Order: sequence, then C-alpha cells, then structure tokens
Amino acid sequence: MRLEINDIHVYYGKIEAIKGISVVVNQGEIVTLIGANGAGKTTTLKTVSGLRKVSSGQIIFDGQDISNLPAHERVEIGISQVPEGRGIFPGMTVLENLEIGKYFRKNRASEMSEDLDRVFTLFPRLKERISQAGGTLSGGEQQMLAIGRALMARPKVLLLDEPSMGLAPMMIQNIFNIITEINKSGTTILLVEQNAQQALQRAHRAYILETGNVVKEAKASDLLNDPAVRAAYLGTGAEHAV
Amino acid sequence: MINLRDKGAELWEGANRLQRTAFALVAIFAALCLPYAGNFSLTNFLNTPISSYEAVLVYPVGMYILMALGLNIVVGKSGLLDLGYVAFFAIGAYTAAILGTHTHLNTWEILPMGMGFAMLAGVLLGLPTLRLRGDYLAIVTLGFGEIVRILAINTPSIGGPNGIAGVPQPPTVLGQAFDITHPDHFFWLVVIMILAVIWMVRRLSIRRPGRAWEAIRQDEDVALLMGVPILRYKIWSFSIGAAVGGAAGVIFASEQMFVAPQSFNYNVSVLILSCVVFGGMGNIWGVVLGASILSYLPERIRFISNAREFVFGLALVVMMNIRPEGLLPRKKREHLSDEERAALKATRAALTASKKASKKASEKASEKASEKAEKEASK
Repeated sequence: MRLEINDIHVYYGKIEAIKGISVVVNQGEIVTLIGANGAGKTTTLKTVSGLRKVSSGQIIFDGQDISNLPAHERVEIGISQVPEGRGIFPGMTVLENLEIGKYFRKNRASEMSEDLDRVFTLFPRLKERISQAGGTLSGGEQQMLAIGRALMARPKVLLLDEPSMGLAPMMIQNIFNIITEINKSGTTILLVEQNAQQALQRAHRAYILETGNVVKEAKASDLLNDPAVRAAYLGTGAEHAV
Repeated sequence: MINLRDKGAELWEGANRLQRTAFALVAIFAALCLPYAGNFSLTNFLNTPISSYEAVLVYPVGMYILMALGLNIVVGKSGLLDLGYVAFFAIGAYTAAILGTHTHLNTWEILPMGMGFAMLAGVLLGLPTLRLRGDYLAIVTLGFGEIVRILAINTPSIGGPNGIAGVPQPPTVLGQAFDITHPDHFFWLVVIMILAVIWMVRRLSIRRPGRAWEAIRQDEDVALLMGVPILRYKIWSFSIGAAVGGAAGVIFASEQMFVAPQSFNYNVSVLILSCVVFGGMGNIWGVVLGASILSYLPERIRFISNAREFVFGLALVVMMNIRPEGLLPRKKREHLSDEERAALKATRAALTASKKASKKASEKASEKASEKAEKEASK
C-alpha cells in the first residue's frame, strides 16, 4: 500500500482551497496533517476519498492514478474515510450502520460476522448498543461507531477527519489509543487533527498545512520538539518548551 | 394524542401469522366492497354528492393513492424532492391514448409499455439532474413537468390542447367488463395495482436498495463514503417511482377514455406531494391514508362549492400544525421489526459461536502449554 498525493489543486468555485499539496503515506504509517482552520486539511482528505475532485495533480494509490475514480469505487479498492462530524446515520441502528459500512460487498454471513466481531473487540461498547439508534449514542460512542463502520470495509488506508472533535479529554485518549491499535494491526492511517499534541504523539510523520500549502514535513517526534511548531500549534510558547 | 402508528405497529407485531393473514384478507375485502358502500344506510355517509361516488373512488381516490405510493419511493424513501411527478402520469396516459387509438394493442398490453416509457423518461431526466441536490432537483423536475404538458399542448399530431378522445377501454377479464357502467371493476383493478405496489415497496425496503435509499436520504456524502453508488440508486428510485406513475396514467386514460393536457397541471404534482407529506413521508400506510383523505375530501364537500378550496386548504394547514410529521409518520427506530429481530438474533448467535470457538482454541492451547510445561518439569 502506498498513497501518493501529487501536487493537487482543488477549487471551491473560484476559490483555490488547495494550492499544490503533495503528501506521501507509506504502508503501516500514521501520517497526520495538522494546521489551522482553513488550511485545507479536510479538503485534502475529501479529495483522497473522492468527495472532491482535483482540478490538477494526481492521487496515486498502489501505483494507480485514482484521481478520476468515483468515491464509491475508492472504498472498494481499500480507501475508507471517517467523515468530519462522524456522519452516523441517526435513524439506523448501530448494527445497520455497521452493515452499511461494507455495502459494496454482497453480504456473506460468515464474512459479516467476522468483521462485526473484529469491530466489537475494538469497541465492546458498541456491542452493548447494537440495537440502539445511531442518533441516540453519545459523542464518543458515535465516533467509535464511525470508525468501526469504516473498518467494516477492511480498508488498506483509513482516513480520519478530526476524530477528537467535540469529545471529552478522557474519550480523546481512548479514541487515540484505539487508532494506534488499529494501526498496529496493519491498517495505514492518514489523520487530520486540530489536536496537534495528540496527533504528533501518535503519528510517525506529519505535514503542516497553511492556507492550502504544505509548509513543513518532518518526523512527528521532531515537530513535537520544534519550538516554532510548539508556539504555533501546541499552544506552548518557546520559552516553556522543555 | 394517541400515537396511531405505534399502536398499529404494536397490534401487528403482537399478532401471529394467522391473525395477520386474516386481518389483511378482511381489509382487502372491505376495500373491494367500498364501491357499494353508497347503497347502504349504514355507510351511505361516504356517498359524494354531485359527483358519482363509484367514479370518484377510481379517480381521484385510487389514482392518487397509486401515484402517492410511487412518489413516496422518490420523496419519502430516498429523499429526492420531485415537483414534476405528474409528467410520468401524463406519459403513461398519452402512451395509452396514442397506442390505443393508432394500434390494435389492448390496455393490458399497453400497460407495461406505458410503465416502460415513464421509466425511460425517469432515467433520461435522472441521469443529468440527480447529480444536483435538494432545491436544484426540485426546480429541474418542476420544469420537466411543465415541459411535458406544454409539449402536449403544442403538438398537433397528438391533439394539441384538445387532447385525444376515444381511448379504448380495457378488454373484459373473467367476465368482468370494463366500461362506463362498471366503475367498480376499474376500482378493483386499481386496488390490485395498489396492493402490488405496496408489496413491491415493502420488499425493496428491507433489501439492499432500501438500505441504500435510506442511507442516501439520511446523508448522501456518507453513503458515498460507504461505497453506495448513489447515482445508480437515485436513478432506480426515480425510475421505479416513474413506472408507478406511468401505470396510473395508462389506467386513467382508459378509464376516462380521453386525455388532454389540462389534466396534467402542476397542481397535480403538488397535490400528490401533499398526499405524501400529509400522510407521513416514508410510511406506506400514512401515504395511503393521506392520499385517500386528500383526494376524497374535496369531492365529499363539493356541495359547499366556492368555499370548497378554502376548507380544503384550511384542513391542510390545521393538520400540518397538529401533526407536522404527517398523520402516520415514518417509524422511529426505537424498536425493531420482526425481520430485524431475526437478523439481530442470527448475528448474535454467530458472534457467540465464534467467540466460543476462539475461547476453546485458546483453552486448548493453554492446556497444551501447561501439559508441555508439566512434562518438561517432570523431566
């Protein structure tokens, strides 16, 4: 698995939201995109999953140019996105939400229970809520459901858009532990986060985005100790850096 | 206010198979008897003054129920706002009129063709427009509805504004003649078609297309991210809805024996949509009830002539204030249906089975390991 975002430009109408971003994600990595609001993180992710089209540049997945592949077919080749704000189907039960996660595969019962089993091992809480409507879950449970649902498709690369959004600190820790666990079991992860502290602690490599451009690319641990980065994104001034 | 839908669902789920079948048969029998209700003192309050009660049951009541069920697939199930649904009704009706007067095909042979043409129109309209969302789709479909009507007015070869007269009536079936003296037979035909549509929609709802439509209705982007080919399913929804409208059109033309563009006004689209919203979007029984009331009421109160439209509008406004989600709203997902419960049970069984298996395997492994350790220790 290798995902390559190659000098992409993306427009919203006449506004150029992404002005030539290049990102590489290798097998087994957690790569994170951090940056302020409007830097183009979410748009980059949406372009990879196919919700947005590039006006120039390519998305290369396993050596194939998938820039023009429709979004639903990208799921089939192994790219799953957990959308910003979770995107749970509120009127469907937890089970139905999970089932739709592997919609493209004509459901074979054995495979289905195998995948459900895997999700429930990661998120035992979801199993307790199996027949509850998605909309009645707490924020943290919804995030679990969103991640679990994306895993049902057995993705090669999982795109996560702000998994910590609106969650309590305890729950954030919890979710990031699980993300690390998913990565260790072999799923590559491209993570977009506002919570730079957590993202940099968990990721192998990171890209810093500013107004549609990549301004820095480095090992996550290096960025975590970079005084300039700490001042700009981690909310601690350079003088406080240890 | 008592919750009619939940009460009904509770009774239905509490009943066994025999009771359900009996209830369904009684309900169907009662529906088939409706044309004769005007003759008995107990039920003659149903009689419509001025217009013929039996004819009213066929058009508008039966036709509106049929069309509302078709539109419900599009609006209620998949959440696509179609303001030009009457176009498919018109296409079905004109197919029946043109083929009926120019060829020797009878109504039964024309029926699938009318549905086919309506479906084709649905696909042709859907391909470019279903990429649009919400309001845009509503405007485009509204335009389509008007285009079909205006095209009919301006095409002299299909009668222009005068329409086509002398549309043949359906041939006799099982000794039952379909002519002007037998509106009850037409009504039976429509009831059978309604039952067929209800059966189809219920089948589709619990299968893959239903899941896809539900996902599209709740969140289009996420549906796409889950690998649901949304354009394909939207077009399916659109064209199945269109086919039902087309079928209604064919029967309408052969019952009235006459089609003209003014029968396919924009108001019809709006009225059908009102039936769906008034009854309860997405709920078959709500839609049937809503369409029955909204089509029957204006005929029933025809005696107050000028105030009729006013009373009708007032009733709509009051009802939508009391029950904004419709008479029988869509089922909220608090409890599961029988099929869902069965599916859940199977899933749970599979889960515990696989867990037991893995537990056994790990127990065996640990037993072996301890045996080994014991052996080594004894050595």
